[in-house]
Amino acid sequence: MDILIVHVLTALLYASVLFLIAGGLSLIYGVMRIVNLAHGMLYAFGAYVSAWVVGLLVARWPVALLFALLPLGALAAAGLGALLEPTLLRPFYRRAEEYQLLVTFGLLLILADLLRLLWGPYPLSASQLYEAMGSLTIGEAIYPNYNLVVIAVGALAALGMWAFVYKTQFGVILRATSQNMRMAQALGINVNRVYVQAFTLGCFMAGLGGAVIMPSQGAVLDMGVDALIMAFVVVVIGGLGSLEGALVGALLVGVVRELGITFFPEIELAVLYLMAAVVLLIRPAGLFGRP
Amino acid sequence: MSAWPLPPARALRWIVPGLVILAVLPWVLEPYQTTLFSYGLVMAIAALGFNLLLGYTGLLSFGHSAYFGVGAYAVALIVKYFKITSLEVFVVGGIVASAVVSALFGFVCVRYTRIFFGILTMALSQVLWSLAFKFFWITGGSDGLRVPTPSLMGVSLPPREDKMTFLAHRYYYYVLVIFVLATAVMWVIVHSPFGKALQAIRDNETRAEFVGVQVRHYRWVAFVVSGTYTGLAGALWVPLNGLTTPDILHWTFSGEIVFFTVLGGFGTFAGPIVGAIVFNYLKTFAVGYTVYWQMFLGVVLVSLVLALPTGIMGMVARLFGGRRKAPAA
Amino acid sequence: MSLLQTTQLAKSFGDTHAVDRVDFSVREGEVLALIGSNGAGKTTLVNVISGLLEPDSGTIRFLERDITAASIHEKIAAGIARSFQLVNLFDKLSAMDNVALSIFARQGKTRRLFALADADAEVRGEASNILEQFGLLPKAGVLAGGLSQGERKLLDVAVAYALKPRLLFLDEPTSGVSTREKAPIMDIISQVVRSERITAVIIEHDMDVVFTYCPRIVAMHQGAILADGTPDEIRNNEQVTANMLGTDRHA
Repeated sequence: MDILIVHVLTALLYASVLFLIAGGLSLIYGVMRIVNLAHGMLYAFGAYVSAWVVGLLVARWPVALLFALLPLGALAAAGLGALLEPTLLRPFYRRAEEYQLLVTFGLLLILADLLRLLWGPYPLSASQLYEAMGSLTIGEAIYPNYNLVVIAVGALAALGMWAFVYKTQFGVILRATSQNMRMAQALGINVNRVYVQAFTLGCFMAGLGGAVIMPSQGAVLDMGVDALIMAFVVVVIGGLGSLEGALVGALLVGVVRELGITFFPEIELAVLYLMAAVVLLIRPAGLFGRP
Repeated sequence: MSAWPLPPARALRWIVPGLVILAVLPWVLEPYQTTLFSYGLVMAIAALGFNLLLGYTGLLSFGHSAYFGVGAYAVALIVKYFKITSLEVFVVGGIVASAVVSALFGFVCVRYTRIFFGILTMALSQVLWSLAFKFFWITGGSDGLRVPTPSLMGVSLPPREDKMTFLAHRYYYYVLVIFVLATAVMWVIVHSPFGKALQAIRDNETRAEFVGVQVRHYRWVAFVVSGTYTGLAGALWVPLNGLTTPDILHWTFSGEIVFFTVLGGFGTFAGPIVGAIVFNYLKTFAVGYTVYWQMFLGVVLVSLVLALPTGIMGMVARLFGGRRKAPAA
Repeated sequence: MSLLQTTQLAKSFGDTHAVDRVDFSVREGEVLALIGSNGAGKTTLVNVISGLLEPDSGTIRFLERDITAASIHEKIAAGIARSFQLVNLFDKLSAMDNVALSIFARQGKTRRLFALADADAEVRGEASNILEQFGLLPKAGVLAGGLSQGERKLLDVAVAYALKPRLLFLDEPTSGVSTREKAPIMDIISQVVRSERITAVIIEHDMDVVFTYCPRIVAMHQGAILADGTPDEIRNNEQVTANMLGTDRHA
């Protein structure tokens, strides 16, 4: 029973981080109809920035205060996104989709090496934060408290996004633009500004995912592409452009991955791709997507 | 794409001298330079394959490293398990293996287009990359597998001849012949009724369906041909390199293939060839210059797409094209 | 002989019954117009019959065969072709190549990877003839994207015609074209259709075109067939004039 709880919590942990990344990707697509192939790099960037900042101050600040630094990764990713959208993405909205893919792929290459340039080829970590929180005893199992924090962040993010998109005025503008850009424009909405805001928000989410998982898993060079591919599996299942889909997809992927690791450690990746393939075959738009 | 294939007369004006130059290359250049050029020819074969999908069918794959790697590893595994070192067997093995894998992957991927297609191809190649590590007892893991100098048409490396000379001469000509054949075959394919159907699919998928072209099936065939060409390139690459590692399965190598095709101009037949050869030199320069050459590539790619989307050959066509309509970017 | 017969064909989008249990039949050799105001269901009906959309219920019979569940490819093989209201061409291929592709597809030659398309004299010859019939031969080498709007509309029809169909659907072949060009375009189309005795269903808004070229008119309104008859019968039909002709006299 206690082992079961640990498994459930681990699945939720993975789902939380995935929701942040995939939710950001879906949000951007929903509003702007573009897929940023470099989205995973924003996640990695968030992790690296947080790790770096914590590393700078770890000797001088008390651990409790260091937690406050984590969101800096998310903010940095948001800032990077705010810079990238008007410069690199906007010139391509009117052009054939191949060019959008090519430019975001070029961005992926640039950011991949940028991470290496800034922080070197070795992983960065801030495990002090992870260890400082201690662990919970569940029956005979031990579970790190930090992971519970990550799950809480994921849940809060889901709630926050929902409230933001459905309860705020900006959310209304976002939804209007996403449903009919021309109409929104005709109604006086500054679409360019909405785009940059949506993109920034999406990057913030990805960066937050990276920042929040970093104390547990460190910041590693390849985390970006792995994250992108996993986020892709989530949006395939949940439907590109849907936040509910990102949530449900993330939960499903989290659970399946946990089952996979437990029973079939060798083919864990394959099970996830299989799941995505099955969903693509039955319902190509995903569970919540717009066909 | 031009509205009709290059009239033979016009093409011969630069093909014949080109072939002559290619033929005498080893006598003019140092062995190292010739071998470097061989790499370019091999990549050109991969680029031709890749562009069948991109330029002619309108599908942008970010996972072609998978087929290159399958071709390369097929060769390495033939050496490891069958102890055969005949280049003919390598070539056949590489072609068969990559045809099978691209048929399989293609079946899944061509159900989707654009973004989903792109990410799906990338994801599948990453799966292969991670498998190359997981099954390290077969693939040699991160150390990879060594491949000795193969015999060409039954003739092995004589004990007194050094490998560099061999590579620069006999292996170079072998690659050159295959390159010329592969180019000729691809030229026929893209100018065939099948090739026209692919271009129709690229231009207007719905209309193609309504003209009786079963879009998914044709895309799949294009995918298989494309993957097989890239696998052939992989098979020819390994003996040059002496070694195959999981790096060539990684998405960054797919990126290189995309890059040099776009560099040369994916809207023309010869663009990918030019791009591959130019890139080969570009990369050698960049790698020697900085360890962050991937960033350099990314910057050039972004600049290309922003400023020169039709690539080198597109620029050339515009400079010398004159009367002919330039294809829309 | 009844070429096409739909029975209680229905297609809805949410609450809108775009095609509302339609019984529609076409006899061989007919040239009929399908008219109706915007949203009447004409294009949806054609979309369902041609295979772009799946019907919710009802059946479609073509040449005594049930093709309700057939794929687009099967329907084309059976002999149904269509042109599009918003021109749908292969813009980076020449006019010649656009038409030749239909012929290659029809003859099953698109499977061939190792033959040169331009070396097929038979296909090129037939394509040239078709282009000539449509008045496009001088522009054979021009990329479809570079033709004028009127030429593109004609080419769109030519591409469908090159499939040598038994039944040809033309979706607003003169829409988007200047009034001056409409008559010449319809003249060519009607000439080709009549000389080859192709059964044609033409969706049209321009009533002058309809009354001039089409001996039979089927009027749709809100997804159902309102009237079906000769131009005179339609002109005198009160329901039709009330719902459509008043507003659609000159589309």
